[in-house]
Amino acid sequence: MASEMAHGAEAGGLETAMTHGSPEEPHASSRTYIAIALVLGVLTALEVMVFYVEALAPVLVPILLVLSAAKFVLVVGFFMHLKYDTNILRGLFFGPLAIAVAIIVAMMALYGYFL
Amino acid sequence: MATAEAAVHSEGKAGGTPAGGLWSWITTVDHKRIGILYFLSGLFFFLVGGLEALMIRLQLMVPENDMLSAEAFNQIFTMHGLTMVLFAVMPMAAGAFNYIVPLQIGARDVAFPRLNAFSYWLFLFGALLLNSSFFLGGAPNAGWFAYANLTSSQFSPGHGMDFYVLGLALAGAASIVAALNFIVTIINLRAPGLTFMRLPLFTWMTLVVSFLIILAFPPFTIGTIFLLFDRMFGTLFFEPSGGGDPVLWQHLFWIFGHPEVYILILPAFGIISDVIPTFSKKSLFGYPVVVYSGILIAFLGFGVWAHHMFSVGLGPIANSAFSGLTMLIAIPTGVKIFNWIATMWGGSIRFRAPMLFSIGLVAMFTIGGLSGVMHASAPADLQQTDTYFVVAHFHYVLFGGTIFGLFAGIYYWFPKVTGRFLGERLGAAHFWLMFVGMNLTFFPMHFAGLHGMPRRTFTYPAGLGFEGYNLMSTVGAAITLLAMLIFLFNFARGLRSEATAGANPWKASTLEWATSSPPPVHNFDVTPEVTSRDPLWNDGVALPAGEEKFHMPNPSYWPLVVAGGILVAAAGALVGLPVALLGAAVALAGIYGWSFEPIH
Amino acid sequence: MERTSTGVPNEKMLMWAFIGSECMLFGSLIATYLAYRGRSIVGPYEEELLNIPFITVTTFVLLMSSLMMVLALSAVQRGDTRGSKLFLFLTALLGVVFISGQVFEFSHFVHEGLGLGRNLFSGTFFLTTGFHGAHVTVGVIWLLTLWAMAMRGKLGPEKSLKVEVAGLYWHFVDVVWIVLFTIIYLMSGASGA
Repeated sequence: MASEMAHGAEAGGLETAMTHGSPEEPHASSRTYIAIALVLGVLTALEVMVFYVEALAPVLVPILLVLSAAKFVLVVGFFMHLKYDTNILRGLFFGPLAIAVAIIVAMMALYGYFL
Repeated sequence: MATAEAAVHSEGKAGGTPAGGLWSWITTVDHKRIGILYFLSGLFFFLVGGLEALMIRLQLMVPENDMLSAEAFNQIFTMHGLTMVLFAVMPMAAGAFNYIVPLQIGARDVAFPRLNAFSYWLFLFGALLLNSSFFLGGAPNAGWFAYANLTSSQFSPGHGMDFYVLGLALAGAASIVAALNFIVTIINLRAPGLTFMRLPLFTWMTLVVSFLIILAFPPFTIGTIFLLFDRMFGTLFFEPSGGGDPVLWQHLFWIFGHPEVYILILPAFGIISDVIPTFSKKSLFGYPVVVYSGILIAFLGFGVWAHHMFSVGLGPIANSAFSGLTMLIAIPTGVKIFNWIATMWGGSIRFRAPMLFSIGLVAMFTIGGLSGVMHASAPADLQQTDTYFVVAHFHYVLFGGTIFGLFAGIYYWFPKVTGRFLGERLGAAHFWLMFVGMNLTFFPMHFAGLHGMPRRTFTYPAGLGFEGYNLMSTVGAAITLLAMLIFLFNFARGLRSEATAGANPWKASTLEWATSSPPPVHNFDVTPEVTSRDPLWNDGVALPAGEEKFHMPNPSYWPLVVAGGILVAAAGALVGLPVALLGAAVALAGIYGWSFEPIH
Repeated sequence: MERTSTGVPNEKMLMWAFIGSECMLFGSLIATYLAYRGRSIVGPYEEELLNIPFITVTTFVLLMSSLMMVLALSAVQRGDTRGSKLFLFLTALLGVVFISGQVFEFSHFVHEGLGLGRNLFSGTFFLTTGFHGAHVTVGVIWLLTLWAMAMRGKLGPEKSLKVEVAGLYWHFVDVVWIVLFTIIYLMSGASGA
């Protein structure tokens, strides 16, 4: 589904926005990616460990939420490059995410989770 | 102004006029043609929905009528709602989004022209699939809202509800795809200098509505998939005996359904926010407020859904929360009314047809909004819900609001699209007759409802005091029918009238009026540069010197192929697995053909 | 690439907007899953069936596939044809391994008596993880298509946007799994012993 309109503007003097996808834009190196992947593995292992430790059962949910959120942020921020992207792209993601989370929480409330 | 118009429009430039013939329409990827296809399809289904409305009104004209059986009535009122909401209003609005928005932002087309064509065909196939149910065992008959578990295979044993799920799956997907396209288009394809706060209001509302669509339709999709699985594969999502909760359906439906009503009204708000300034010769009063209130309405619209469920037993805390938020949403909505009035105040008003419909919207929507605020109070709503009071409310906002707004847009942009005018006197007659008819039909319903006439029933006993109201409503429907006939005549005649409309016959301020009527295929010879809001009024359009090289996208049949494959796959759910697989294979092949199609 | 008002390519913006929509799609599935948790009238129940160690492994596989994906994108952007082919293939392969794990898990559950219409757990579990699995499958097909293009020498750096967009989709599907693994498996109340 590549965009189809090649358009070269001879317009007088107006600098058009520079194209994206050029090598100059900042992003992590391969080594950083591998390091992040390892961290993701460790976080997953931690999550599973917490699951198995009965003593932590009362705080299981908050701990899991924090660990999962950390994994989420790492994948979205680095693998999906959102840390380096424009505010518009961040808005396109976090806006809908916020609404989705709000609706999940509202439904949980409606189904008796917070009584 | 004159320089901008004269320099931008071209008759003689190569490629200015599009090819003719059926194949060119089938393979078109031109937003203007797709807009026309959407609009004409929407208009067709508006007439279908209107016919269904007339049948409802004839049945209800007198008590204990037997013109329609209960079963027939249930199918008709269900399809009336579905058709009007999904196949009439949304496509007519989409017609305007498609034709007008790229012009208003100074672009040559949308970001993904083939995806745009695909959305249209998928919508059309969904509409045809759902309407085919009338001839294939019966249309869905459980209301447009299809509450569970009336819709289970036990209580809705025919295939009507299956058509509901499948037809709406296609139409919903089409809407989402189109909305994604418009989001990218409006954010990314604006002419240089056209910042967000310089956008015409219609384009702004298109952007807001597009976000509503991509966020609201998925919950409905999920709900219908749950329904499909319950019906076809025995899952228990809405099955009380298995622990399922029919109210879950209502949640999922209204999480979609409430934003949907803002999807229906915001385009009309956008249209009149462009029309009223034009015919007041005055810029929109409080432009930022109108923009931000639109955004706020959309955002808050996700938080009020259970106000459709006050009688379901959610409990006082839930009811209070949703009640409060619903009252809150009345604020940004009401604010716009003041903005429109303030725009007209002190302006030099021309009461042409677009303006008549716009002012009509302001008045009728206010009435509908007032009954809406009455619904917002949960205790009061317990008397109003499920009565004709609600029917009155939503027809005031949908007919008096959305439909009037769409007609304002039709009369406003008809010259741009065709180069011709719709007749003014016939337009005024259309407006006044429709205004009288609409009010005569729906105002009495407030009283019928408060006197206890329930919704969604095919007849009512004599002696309960409903007769007079219903008779008035039916007479109003007849008057509305007359108004529509006048419109159709005006429309047909207008198409054949002399092409006398120049680039900017209304002396409006936005970019679509800076090119010829109709525009050339490529919209603008040179991409304009914008330096202010209302560019054509503020000398805010500059045309760079020199020629501009550009390439218009080639036509393509792949969008139709993929949409056709999906239609066959959906039919396969009813016919059999081999057909479903065949459809999926065709769609997949089509996607590959599309992806690897040479662009030049 | 043609000019855009934000400097972001249209295709990339389209994918992010689509991902926003998908948040609501999966959000509805998750909301339903949570609403119906613990309400099954008959068993088998989640506590008896969910195999945390097994799914931990498949979760890890999917996370590693995201690593393969970023390495693939890097390779394509650099013009490293060998790396492009290798990492695209590995991403798809790990995706297939994940799906195989799902298939194995599903058939085991069915074998244990959890038919699709058995109880609320069956419906919500199969549809939520099934929707996710369908998304992974679409991703695998997409990646294999890109891999085939790379094999034919048709995926040079000038086409890296295609890989970037596929990558966004793939990582999002991984992110959804991060959420589902936590909610469905780790917060299941299944015995941690």
